Amino acid sequence: MSRKLLLEHINVPGINTLDVYRQKGGYRAVEKALKTLTPEEIVEEVKKSGLRGRGGAGFPTGMKWSFLAKPEGVARYLVCNADESEPGTFKDRYLMTYIPHALIEGMIVSSFALGAKVSYIYVRGEMMPQIRILEKAIAEAKAAGWLGKNILGTGYDLELYVQPGGGAYICGEETALLESLEGKRGNPRIKPPFPAIAGLYGCPTVVNNVESIAAVVPIINDGGDEYAKIGIGRSTGTKLISASGNLVKPGVYEIELGLPVEEFIYSDEYCGGIANGKRLKATVAGGSSVPVLPANLTLKLANGEPRLMSYESLSEGGFATGTMLGSGGFIAFDEDQCIVRNTWNFSRFYHHESCGQCSPCREGTGWMEKVLHKIEHGHGTMEDVDLLWDIQRKIEGNTICPLGDAAAWPVASAIRHFRDEFEWHIKEPVKSQSQNYGIANYATPIEKAPVAEEK
Amino acid sequence: MLKVEEQTPVVFSSELLAKFDEVKNRYPEGKQKSALLPLLHLVQAEFLWVPTSAMDQVAEYLNIQPIEVYEVATFYTMYFLKPQGKYALEVCRTGPCCLVGAEKILSHLENKLGVKEGEVTPDGLFSFRGVECLAACGYGPVLQISPEYTFYENLTTESVDKLIEDLKNKI
Repeated sequence: MSRKLLLEHINVPGINTLDVYRQKGGYRAVEKALKTLTPEEIVEEVKKSGLRGRGGAGFPTGMKWSFLAKPEGVARYLVCNADESEPGTFKDRYLMTYIPHALIEGMIVSSFALGAKVSYIYVRGEMMPQIRILEKAIAEAKAAGWLGKNILGTGYDLELYVQPGGGAYICGEETALLESLEGKRGNPRIKPPFPAIAGLYGCPTVVNNVESIAAVVPIINDGGDEYAKIGIGRSTGTKLISASGNLVKPGVYEIELGLPVEEFIYSDEYCGGIANGKRLKATVAGGSSVPVLPANLTLKLANGEPRLMSYESLSEGGFATGTMLGSGGFIAFDEDQCIVRNTWNFSRFYHHESCGQCSPCREGTGWMEKVLHKIEHGHGTMEDVDLLWDIQRKIEGNTICPLGDAAAWPVASAIRHFRDEFEWHIKEPVKSQSQNYGIANYATPIEKAPVAEEK
Repeated sequence: MLKVEEQTPVVFSSELLAKFDEVKNRYPEGKQKSALLPLLHLVQAEFLWVPTSAMDQVAEYLNIQPIEVYEVATFYTMYFLKPQGKYALEVCRTGPCCLVGAEKILSHLENKLGVKEGEVTPDGLFSFRGVECLAACGYGPVLQISPEYTFYENLTTESVDKLIEDLKNKI
């Protein structure tokens, strides 16, 4: 069994209540931080831990904290990004549902470290049940003196509020989230200035993912150095992986970073293999935005070594043969799934969710959806595949926020690795309406590294 | 005014306004516009949709222009700009849920309820629509029912039939 830092007590009855959470050692980190550490020392521990943002970008959390501007007399804010919307990702929902005090404890410690007196947890609006759970847990914590005025007699004041979103994927982008929290449309801001300088209400602000903030608790309890011993290389600590698709046991798993992908998919401790005795055709390893990989490149690097669940190993080989850990949304496709149909589905998602500010994204995502719809429904031509390639190239890197890239990558990678399947749809317009292309050679071990094509 | 099928203006109860006050106090002085999204949720929970007259009153309450409310209400997908069924069923239609049968659930709902996506059943009880990822991919197919946003997981056509019957019998 691998080590659990976030979900160790997840199966303890009543762990969602303050009493049971306390019995299991909860809020020790708040006591330690507020009574024995300075804000600077906490930031230092988080830096030492090597913790990287768990929302998808993987930027070192401690470094992000150290960028926070601290002008005299200006409020600073911590905003928790709980707008979990990346298809394939549902770990934050799980954490907030079953162990809400882990997030609240992390928010108190982190707010203290950053000097925030008011902090917000921005939860996607669809998660009303989780919003109710968090509000109840905050009320419990406040009644017990963990929030409010003069916490633990240290003179530190903190108010914590839950803010519901309105149903918009784009609000997971931190500046769009801040716009939304200010009561506006979720249009991402042009950076710089970064939120660390001018964020919420123009004040210095840190935006962190739910899991990143919860991870601060074990980092403070055990020390940053201890945390950094878990994991592999620059991928330190544990990571929540949301596993979905055609798996025997989909769900949320806490893994030590560095676990072989093959073990994650097939061992009984984790996903238990592919459902209904089928074979694995492809995976999306880190949420819908990251490149889709065929089964062979999922399990092994291009040089034949096992691929691991870590930031570095999953991206090994760049986009030619690799992908990204992203938010840890692991989607498995069995041999009967159609990559063209799924790519169309994802394109529709990005078209639907584009905020419309930048024309490459606003127009391009719609084009991609239409062209993919055409191919999927048996009306495609060979030129359409090249057209798709051309469109995604023109979106990537040409937008204010990463939604454009997120829309381009699934299309690019599907064509890169599954071009045969697209062409089959075009050559067999009738057959492709009643049959699937199947697994073809996508699970066949690769003999040698394929020639890297231009990204 | 937004172009919608209007209606006599809605009236906000004192209970609703008390909730508004509680929300408004979460933000610093002068930043009351931050309350906009939560207030629209409260309005929708009360009236099951967001009528234009309600938006105008929210604008007045927050001391902002009506257009600032309209642009938000039309940007975010959760706000219903026309009346829905008493139970508005929202089925996730994004990739991972489709891998485990979400499309079948959507077409089953259409047959079962006898209305198209976005329409309301003649008895006013049900409407349904496909929505994008609800962040419950491991438990798909899933649907949620507003305004409580109760969640139903691992759907089958049988469990959907049972859910509809249960809701019908709830009246």
